[in-house]
Amino acid sequence: MHELPITQGILELVLDHADRAGAARVSAVRLVIGGLSGVVEDSVRFCWDLITEGTPAQGAVLDFRRVPLRLACQECQTLFAPDGVSFDCPACGAGGARVVEGREFRVESIDVEDPDAEEGPA
Amino acid sequence: MTTRVPVVEKITKANDQIAGINQDLLDRHGIFGLNLLASPGAGKTSLIERTLALLKGQLRVGVIEGDLATSIDAERAAAAGAVAVQINTGGGCHLDAVMVSSALAELPLAELDLLIVENVGNLICPASFALGTHLNVLVATTPEGDDKPYKYPSMYSRVGALVVNKVDLLPHLDFDMDRFRRGVETLNPGVVTFPVSCRTGQGVDAWVAWIGAMAREKRPPR
Repeated sequence: MHELPITQGILELVLDHADRAGAARVSAVRLVIGGLSGVVEDSVRFCWDLITEGTPAQGAVLDFRRVPLRLACQECQTLFAPDGVSFDCPACGAGGARVVEGREFRVESIDVEDPDAEEGPA
Repeated sequence: MTTRVPVVEKITKANDQIAGINQDLLDRHGIFGLNLLASPGAGKTSLIERTLALLKGQLRVGVIEGDLATSIDAERAAAAGAVAVQINTGGGCHLDAVMVSSALAELPLAELDLLIVENVGNLICPASFALGTHLNVLVATTPEGDDKPYKYPSMYSRVGALVVNKVDLLPHLDFDMDRFRRGVETLNPGVVTFPVSCRTGQGVDAWVAWIGAMAREKRPPR
């Protein structure tokens, strides 16, 4: 269950930035999660609903942008997503490809509502 | 009115900050810190016992044992000559910087040269949570299979050294070292690798010589 501390980390960042922006409420949170992070989206959503209760982020929509693991062949420069069995280049067969995408693990941005705003969309 | 506020910060920021404080504390005491990661049964505690035996009289070693509920591992480390502290995560699947911070307060830091943190046995999340140690070391084993780098790329990409334990079993297994190494090389180019057997002692001296040198120089590799 490591999604709980991860979700707490997300909430901490979100509330900090919402507070600094003088916002009354957070309506959306955009996350960028690479394939190397091992984070289960459904578990984060489950934790999110529980821990945001009573906070300005209650009801905020979580938007996941998943960045799949992508490798670059060092021989022929082909970019490819590994098939889970091998990291060898599908074009030329060479080993030793390098990770170019998939390490992302951040909160990209949040949507916040003004203190005097009417109730926004759920 | 809705306003978009850019954040662009790592989700683990809060943990990373406490890890930074832990590392400052270790640095002030001239302690080199290792975070030992592996699946359950890989031989983390056995590697610690072997390492302690070979470092006896050379370096003063503290051990923080992360475990779900028992203190068996801490007792083994203490019996092998280390100052050992147990952290029970109560079912939690990894150690974090706060837990290590509490454990550090229980150790006689002024009397230590090397700190070994044995993380909870798990290949999924422990590598995502920095502890403040200087080096992540993964203990892989031959019976687990040569496909583990492909199945757990996150773990394999975040370690600074790799110990491959149970190489004495290779004649009985289908473990393809070349396939294993190719996977590791993509995720973690040039990572230093030590094939060992904690049962026979094979290869352990090379690992201990390397880690001992690192602890004396107080710096991470590469």
